[in-house]
Order: sequence, then structure tokens, then C-alpha cells
Amino acid sequence: MSGDQPWRSRAVDAKAWARIADQLAQGRRTLAGLWGDAGRVHAALLDEGKSELEIATLACPSGQFPSIARRHAPALRLERAIRDLFGFEPVGAPDDRRWLDHCRWLVRHPLGDYTDWAGEGETYAFLPAEGEGLHQIPVGPVHAGIIEPGHFRFHANGETVVRLEERLGYTHKGIEGLMAGASIGNAANLAGRISGDSTVAYSIAFARAVEAALGLEIPPRAHLLRALMAELERIANHLGDIGAVCNDASFALMHAHCGILRERVLRQSNDCFGHRLMMDKVVPGGVATDLDPSGVAGLRSLIGRIRKDFPPLVELYDETASLQDRTVGTGILTADLARQYGCSGFVGRASGRVFDARKAIAYPPYDALEFEVPVLIEGDVNARLWIRIREVEQSLRLIEQILDGLPSGETTIELEKRGEVREGLALVEGFRGDILVWLRLDGEGWIGRCHLRDPSWFQWPLLEAAIEGNIVADFPLCNKSFNCSYSGHDL
Amino acid sequence: MRKTLLQGLIRRPLTEPAPQAGDPELAELAAQLSQTARATLGRSLAIRHVDAGSCNACELELHALGNAFYDLERFGFKFVASPRHADVLLVTGPVTRNMAEALRRTYDAMPAPKWVVAAGGCALDGGIFAGSYAVLGGVAAVVPVDLHIPGCPPSPLTLLKGLLALMMRAPGDAEES
Ligand code: SF4
Repeated sequence: MSGDQPWRSRAVDAKAWARIADQLAQGRRTLAGLWGDAGRVHAALLDEGKSELEIATLACPSGQFPSIARRHAPALRLERAIRDLFGFEPVGAPDDRRWLDHCRWLVRHPLGDYTDWAGEGETYAFLPAEGEGLHQIPVGPVHAGIIEPGHFRFHANGETVVRLEERLGYTHKGIEGLMAGASIGNAANLAGRISGDSTVAYSIAFARAVEAALGLEIPPRAHLLRALMAELERIANHLGDIGAVCNDASFALMHAHCGILRERVLRQSNDCFGHRLMMDKVVPGGVATDLDPSGVAGLRSLIGRIRKDFPPLVELYDETASLQDRTVGTGILTADLARQYGCSGFVGRASGRVFDARKAIAYPPYDALEFEVPVLIEGDVNARLWIRIREVEQSLRLIEQILDGLPSGETTIELEKRGEVREGLALVEGFRGDILVWLRLDGEGWIGRCHLRDPSWFQWPLLEAAIEGNIVADFPLCNKSFNCSYSGHDL
Repeated sequence: MRKTLLQGLIRRPLTEPAPQAGDPELAELAAQLSQTARATLGRSLAIRHVDAGSCNACELELHALGNAFYDLERFGFKFVASPRHADVLLVTGPVTRNMAEALRRTYDAMPAPKWVVAAGGCALDGGIFAGSYAVLGGVAAVVPVDLHIPGCPPSPLTLLKGLLALMMRAPGDAEES
């Protein structure tokens, strides 16, 4: 998306904004983001058929905008977040509860016209569920295990979940507030810490948005090294989670073996780039660390190792009936919901949504690499697991091509100031799904506003749907099979 | 399935039998730890983890402690689900204002003696997120901290060394309240 800026920006009035809500409701476009800015709101709209992105901007001088969620439910939590952070009222929104704001900050509307606040906390009004024999089970925000914090409220009838309601926002760190007025370098460090498991993908998305704003094209070697890191990150996460999902299905053997493979990937990443998760190794303008010949050799032997060790594990999964018994038919996400929510990543692709930003947007170097995007339609825990298994194989293929075709040359270019306000946008495929970054730079290269939308925004609500009718005991398994980011969502 | 499992037992292991064998630093840690743990506590140490608002990378490395390379439990540490069973509260992340109460409550629910370990740059002083309207600060802003383990995120080896350092201390400095 750098250079020729293949996205459109358009200022719209309230009527056109309402039409956009209709188009989204009719499934003619997909909502890829919705966020506030000084005196206005922006919506990122994706035309999946044409792989085109558009930013529609509505000025809201009176502090109001027509709710999109009134017509199109996927916008709901985004609008609640806009109201919490900016104080803009989504008129006609079906839910007026706060979302990220738990009434614990000492300020109200921190990114807009802010006012002081006591920060005494609030009692959240969970949606009621009525019926004979229903009981509530509150879980969290602190969970039993090494997990991010969030609250789950179950309404159950005996063992069966009648409704799950999530309450998130516990890890809200005010990152967009910290970014406003920051240097590109500081903001890049923050971007790499929005969801640590996707640090490479976030760093690429942020860097691409900066480069798009400044009209810069980075050297070919830098593109390839970025993709190399991105695929290593994808493999590491997939391996870790495949094991963890099996562990939640009480099959610890897979967990142990996948954990070893994941550790090998992290160690090799550390050997190549100097950080196990490759944090801060992708920077605006290129990459921070070049790859040396010993790194190439190490990566080749890592690929060989995974190709040898992984297939028997896949076979083990495939042949273990007791494991399949837990994963097949559990936590089904329907294709309709996945499409409606523009649900990306392995969750969307396990429910028939054929979208991968690496293919659809075809940002470099993926436009010149060969890989397949596996898609299934079953939408259950098993399908999500299989997508991830297949993606490991595709990522290995990508890394091989990258190593084979790695040109010599520079790995960074300088970020030139433009002397005028510029906007940049990027959509990048992390392991979890597509990450959207939109930003505005001032003429001196400081961040005016930066919004980063995690794929989890369009996955968390679907977990609520997928668990319905399943037994409470299967929740950890379903939750792990979605593996949404709390930190990425809460920001 | 039984066949697969049996094969798994009879066949050569899928991976090297002892991936940790080549790690002298780990072996030395293990030796030190098993002595200290027994001397100080006479048993293993139960850890309750709380993410007070981290970016989740610290959690990834905590998880890695359980893999076959580090195999945390052989050092006499184990993660437990309930604060009531815990000796150590291991906190990651800056403390967000939305998490402060939950962190405090978890600490209060732990029986004395208890120790608090703050892991990662954020847990020290809020790190890169310090100064935000949504962040209270480091872990010490909410509960007394006995030990800080640096890193962003701390590697599993750094985490292990930190936990060892904690065990080396006399149990007398634990919070008795
Ligand atoms: S110390 Fe680093 S890795 Fe850990 S929570 Fe903070 S930013 Fe994330």
C-alpha cells in the first residue's frame, strides 16, 4: 500500500454515512474499522470482491454521529469504545453501556473533550437472561492460569451455556493516547506492544502505514526480511496454540511436543535477529537487524526439523479419537456470522471466509511469493485447528522461498519529513487475522493520531455465539481455539 | 488411538529425549535450586500469576517455562490456579486502572507468608505505558514487591534466575500480614 496509495478517502455527510450502514448490513461491504478522531469519525470499508479499501470520514461537530450498529451489529463495540474515548454519541445505538471505560480512570473521554472523573468504578449491567433453572457463572477478570484478564458471564441451564457475555477492557492501557504527539520511533515501539504475540505483524502494519503516509518504498531485502519474521511469528504461534488447544482437550502429549517445536522457532529467531519474539526488529523504513549467512543456515535446518517432527504430530492428532471427540462439532461458528463480522484469520477461514490480506491486498513481498490460503467450512474447533496446521506448512514454504530469493542490498531507508500533514493506512495479516493501522503524521513527522484495530474486535463477539448450546466445560477449549487477544482489543 | 499411544512409547521419541541436556546454565540452576528450595521451604513453591495489563508477550515467556527445555516443575516451582494455594504472586504488565482492584484482591486472598515478583519492564514502573491516563504504574503502586525481573519480555532463563534469586532469600522477608 505504499507509493501509489491504493485506498480511497472520502468525506461524507450524515446521509451518506447512513447509506454506508445499509451497505454493510446488506453485506455489500465489510466493516474493517471504525474509530474516532478530533471532531470526526472514520470508517474503514472493505470491498472484498475488488480487494479495495476505503476510508469514509464524517465530521461530527455536535458530538454525534448516526449509529452504524443500529443496522450492523459488528460496529457495536467499536461505537461504545468511540463514545468512551471521545465522548461522541452514536445516535440510535442499541447498547449505551460503557465498554473500555470501567469508570476507573480519573478522566472521562480521554482522547476527546476530557473532563475529570472520580474513578470510583461501576457495577456493570450484564444482560439479563430469564428462564426456569438458569443460573449465572461469573469468571474473571483473573483466571486460573497464565491468561490475560477479562470477564465472562455465563448463563447456563445445567451444563449447557444459554448465553455468554464478555466484558473486556481490563488491559486498556490508553495506547492511542500515548501515541498522539509521539515520535515515529516511540510510536513504533508502542505498536510492537499492542499484542505481544503479534509484535512483528503490528510493527509491519505500523511501518507500512508510516511509509504509505510518507510515500516511501523500502528496499526489496527489507520486504523479504519482514515477511520472514512474520512467517516465523505465525509458525511459532500456530505451534504453541495447536498444542495448547489439544492440552485443553486433555491431550498433554501434543502440547509437550508442539511446545518443543515452538521453542526451537523462538531460539532460532533469537539467533537470527537478537530477540525471541523479534520485538522492535521491524522499524519504519525497513528492518533493524540484517540476516547473516549463519542465520540462513540455522533457518534451513529449522525448516528441516519442523518438516520432520510436525507431520507425525499431525498424524497423532488425526488418529486420536478421544481428541477428535472433543474438537469435532464443538464451538461452531457459522459462515454467515463470519462473513457478517468480516472475521479474519484462521477463525474466519475455518468458517468459509476466504480472506487473507497477504493475498487480497497482496502487499510486498507476498505479491511475488507462492502460497495457498487454506479454507474450511465446518467452523468448529477441529476446523480452526486444521487451518492452523495447514498454515504452518504454507509458512514453511514461504520461508524457503524467501531464503532462496533473498537479494543483497540495503535493509533500511531514511524517513524524510514531508512538511505537510499526511495520512497512511495499512492492512497486514498477522497470525490471528488482519491488523488495520491508520495514522496521520504532521509535517515534522510527529504522530497526530494513530488507530490500530486488532482482528479480535471482529472475533470476540463471535466467541459468544459459538459457545451457545455447548457445555460450560468446553468453554476453555473453544476460547483457546479462537485465541482472541485481550490486549490487542483493549488497547 | 491406543495403538498410536503405544507406538509413541515403543518408537523412538518424536523429538530428542532431553533437549535441555545441552544447556549447562540450566543444569547449574537446577542443582542450585533444588538445594535452596529444600533448605528454605522444605517443599516446592506455588506461583499464582496475574496479568495486570500486559501486552501478553510476558505471558508467552511464562508459558515457555513449562516446555521441555525449561520444565519449570523440576525446579520445584508450579503454577497454581487459586491464590489461596500460592506462595508467590507473579505479576506481569503495567497495572492498568481497570485491573488494580483485581490485583489487590488476589494479593489479599493469598495466605502469608507471601512474596510478590514483578516480571518485565512494565511491572517495574509501567514501562513504555507509564504516564497514560489508563495506567496506575508498576506493580509496587498496588502491592509490595519483593523482586523485579527485568526484560521486555524477560526470557524464560531470566525468569528462572529471578525465581531462584527469590528462593535464595531468607523466608523471613516475606510479607507476613
Ligand atoms: S515488559 Fe514488555 S513484554 Fe512484558 S508486558 Fe511490558 S511491553 Fe509487554
